Amino acid sequence: MLYAILCYNDEAAVSGWSKSHDDKVMADLLAVQKPLVEAVKMGPVARLMPTTAATTLRKTAGEPLVLDGPFAETKEQFLGFYVLDAESLEEVVQVVRNLAEANPGGGSYEIRPVRDFFPGAMPT
Amino acid sequence: MNEKDANWIGLTLAGARPRAIAALYRYFRDLDMAEEAFQEASLRALRNWPRNGPPRDPAAWLILVGRNSGIDAIRKQARFDTLPEEERISDTSDAETDIADRIDEAHYRDDILRLLFVCCHPDLPATQQMALALRIVSGLTVPQIARAFLVSEAAMEQRITRAKARIAKSGSRFQTPDAVERSERVGVVAAMIYLVFNEGYSSSGERSDTNTFAVEAIRLGRLLLGLFPAEPELMGLLALMLIQHSRDAARFNGNGEIILLDDQDRGLWDRDMIAEGLALIDKAMRHRRPGIFQIQAAIAALHARADRAENTDWEQIELLYRTLETLQPSPVITLNRAVAVSRIAGPQAALDLIEPLSDVLGNYFYFHGLRGGLLKDLGRIDEARTAFGLAIARANTTAEAVHIRAHLDSLEQLGT
Repeated sequence: MLYAILCYNDEAAVSGWSKSHDDKVMADLLAVQKPLVEAVKMGPVARLMPTTAATTLRKTAGEPLVLDGPFAETKEQFLGFYVLDAESLEEVVQVVRNLAEANPGGGSYEIRPVRDFFPGAMPT
Repeated sequence: MNEKDANWIGLTLAGARPRAIAALYRYFRDLDMAEEAFQEASLRALRNWPRNGPPRDPAAWLILVGRNSGIDAIRKQARFDTLPEEERISDTSDAETDIADRIDEAHYRDDILRLLFVCCHPDLPATQQMALALRIVSGLTVPQIARAFLVSEAAMEQRITRAKARIAKSGSRFQTPDAVERSERVGVVAAMIYLVFNEGYSSSGERSDTNTFAVEAIRLGRLLLGLFPAEPELMGLLALMLIQHSRDAARFNGNGEIILLDDQDRGLWDRDMIAEGLALIDKAMRHRRPGIFQIQAAIAALHARADRAENTDWEQIELLYRTLETLQPSPVITLNRAVAVSRIAGPQAALDLIEPLSDVLGNYFYFHGLRGGLLKDLGRIDEARTAFGLAIARANTTAEAVHIRAHLDSLEQLGT
């Protein structure tokens, strides 16, 4: 079984970390991941940029709405994610529009630039 | 309490501070009382949180506890005064029901904007506006602020006290701002935040707390953009600060001397900050509402995108400065454009552009510095020497003077 582990924390506090503290936390976390990557049990790991860099596409009955900022509804749940390599936000928005069209109805997609990306390892 | 607890609690308190102080200021309508109430709530957090863990919403916790302790203080005081002042504890009924709507972002937004805006009171000189925002909103200590402004602690303490008194006297507006007022306030606050950033950026070489101001300005920029997520100029402001600050480690050599952009080790630039800045510019561009911060951020981004100095897209930079000149005509922007012109069309074209500015920019360090550099490139050594002399006399920091001195020394070699 594959599991996704989702990380939540107080952004105002985390963005106040000094560079040295941030580096130390990242190194400590990498130390936990390393044996798991070596054992081919750990897949991709991503650290996202702050929510101020986020854009959200909200599905509507007609054209979806593209809004600045993170996903903010509490009545919907986190159900899945994609990682996409794109040249610009415009390109991502187009892909997300296609996803919304393929799966019409309710829901939103939050687009968040990735700050650090570790590809990890996974059995094929 | 162990060190680990002290660490996360300290960071959580710092993160929650702007929201908490802003709400307490609305309750008590007095900056000192809001600060004291926050202080008291922080002390209780230090006792309570290691035992019980962090509350779900630290800002809401601090507001409730701070407000109760503030009301207690007013009641105690009231026994000594003749009558309790009802208006000082306005909006304090229904503590329990009110806590729920405290979670509402819209309330926080106007509270924090109000707090930042009162710090920008037009009667206060810019340095006092900045000092007040750093003290009250960011929570820097007076010694930290004094050190960064290169004044004594006593002088800074006095400045902040005076600024607070001025604000208390002028009476701030507490009603919810309308859309126009809100957007005006955002503009004023954004300008103040960029001043704070520049205060740290222009002279970080000679300060012990090299980049405290820049870091705090970025934090305030993030806070403001979080409150107004669809405002492209705030995306531009944060992007501009992030990209400029990404060069922090490359801007000075071991002796605190300036290293110009062209000569910086680009490997020392902070790629995470650049990436975030670029992502924000990308977001801002979708709005097609250009503004001065967005354009300056775009210029900074063109430098950041060049892997080597000689690969800089000067044509594009020149165009962006032209746009900036039309949005906000200023001789200083023309001066900046002249640097781009010198790279595209040579030193004579740049010199022709800046010569008419000598009247308005005659006391400006960068004007004489650039003019000297252009004259030197044209082989007009004596005139270059005079221009550099004028620049040194107008240097704002030792690092600037040292930089011009190096130019003068290189002229001597050319001259012989």
